[in-house]
Amino acid sequence: MTGHGGGNVAKKDSFLPKLISRGSDQKPVGSTKIWDPAACISPVVQALPPSGIRKFFDLVSQTEGVISLGIGEPDFVTPWHIREASVYYLEKGHTSYTSNWGMPELREEIARYLYRRFNLDYAPENEILVTVGVSEAVDLAFRTVLNPGDEVLIPEPCFVSYRPCAILAGGVPVGVPTRAEDEFRLTADALRAALTPRSKVLVLAFPSNPTGAVMRQEDLEPIAQVVNEHNLLVISDEIYAELTYEGQHVSIASLEGMFDRTLVMNGFSKAFAMTGWRLGYTAGPKPIIEAMCKIHQYAIMCAPTQAQRAGIEALRRGEPEMQKMIRSYDQRRRMMLRGFRSLGLNCFEPQGAFYMFPSIQQTGLTSEEFAERLLMEEKVAVVPGSAFGQVGEGFIRCCYAAAPRDIEEALERIRCFVSRLL
Amino acid sequence: MREILELLEQDGRIRPEEIAVRLDLDPGEVKRVLRQLEKEKVVLGYKTLVNWDRVGGNGVTAVIEVRVIPEREVGFEKVAERIYRFPQVKSVYLMSGTYDLLVTIEGKNMKEVAFFVAEKLATLEHVQGTTTHFVLKKYKQDGVIFENNEEDFRLVVTP
Repeated sequence: MTGHGGGNVAKKDSFLPKLISRGSDQKPVGSTKIWDPAACISPVVQALPPSGIRKFFDLVSQTEGVISLGIGEPDFVTPWHIREASVYYLEKGHTSYTSNWGMPELREEIARYLYRRFNLDYAPENEILVTVGVSEAVDLAFRTVLNPGDEVLIPEPCFVSYRPCAILAGGVPVGVPTRAEDEFRLTADALRAALTPRSKVLVLAFPSNPTGAVMRQEDLEPIAQVVNEHNLLVISDEIYAELTYEGQHVSIASLEGMFDRTLVMNGFSKAFAMTGWRLGYTAGPKPIIEAMCKIHQYAIMCAPTQAQRAGIEALRRGEPEMQKMIRSYDQRRRMMLRGFRSLGLNCFEPQGAFYMFPSIQQTGLTSEEFAERLLMEEKVAVVPGSAFGQVGEGFIRCCYAAAPRDIEEALERIRCFVSRLL
Repeated sequence: MREILELLEQDGRIRPEEIAVRLDLDPGEVKRVLRQLEKEKVVLGYKTLVNWDRVGGNGVTAVIEVRVIPEREVGFEKVAERIYRFPQVKSVYLMSGTYDLLVTIEGKNMKEVAFFVAEKLATLEHVQGTTTHFVLKKYKQDGVIFENNEEDFRLVVTP
């Protein structure tokens, strides 16, 4: 009897010559074409612009002693009870797949939460899909509903992924400008001006990253009217909903006639400080959610089990800690707003998310120049507004999810920088 | 007012102007409220939380369970007062359960604390008995973890 080792060697021996001979067979037969991996990449992907933030990220990473106001996530670690719950189930060996839709308990908690907080009534069995962050939900939605050439209306400045995701799904992104004069709210007029017969989807992402703008009920109503008149579907990215500081967040899905034409998207990243868990969900009309689940089951299977366990805990017992974090953001919001206004920079009062979007037009620099020079000269990182669409030019995004003393120091450094320019 | 107290409890060094900015109040109003809170002994002091172990220690700490026979009319108050007057006594709490007062004492060394308990505490009238526990290590105090090794793992710039 020969051991395993002998068998393996024999196998290897018979395998190797075959491989070599196959290679040498092919050479004379094949044409003179050279294999170029880059040539494999589809023209659509080749034409996608790289994220405007990437270059800046490298620059900041190479600089020492930087205070960063350029981070788009909470400065809190996930509350301990949520981490502990996830670890508990990990220890118990809950490491298998879950239902494609997400764990039933989690979907039930999500349904209760959406009803409790936003007066939205979804059936956990087939109107809620648990996803890998809102990012996946947005991608699924585009792939589910877009035909080649369908137009996606995207109010800008906005988060960086809507445009590329729409393009990848065969759609055509159409920017709808929002303006500082309107506190970066979407207006019905601006929306109407962008409509064409091919308009199919409106992306609504409020509270907004990067502007911090919110849409109140009275702002949403005229938008809902346009949406109804023109038979649009709304993809409502409400990831910052809990981070609304004046009054309560209103979901457009709760407006009359909008429930059936809205996909509500939300998640755990911002409200519960759970960015790295990659857990989100979407809720909407059953036929669309079911179709989205079809793609999701082939592409993703299910959201990570550990994250789903953490999500259940967050929704069941996480609200007191969440409220504490929100109060803390609100305090820092006021602090930073006062700071920017005392610098003489125009800044509207953002009422949601954790960003401030001051204008830097009076310095005469482009937003990219401003951000680069501020980094080099004063070691403060902010994100140029142009990274969020052309209409973001002339603004910078500053995140106030940073330690109060860092915010103070950063404002002082920005003061020095700006005073040299004005 | 509660929000002002919460901010101060987190950071005793926070300036009234900063409180005003964060809570959207007038700085003069914040200063007035602070004076009032101090006057009414709601705010009793502003202290620094020190991890003495990092600089070679600062003596020993002991918690002592004290069983007391309450006095007619004044209950535990008189005994508690006799105990908390001693400067080496850092805290005194009236407790439910198997003992009555929980006393924290700081001293140069174990011997000093032990003598204090034997001579001053145990001998007090109405004190029935004591149990002394020495603190070996402080992990967390007043909500602050002493050796917190949770860093900021976030990337420097994210969308």
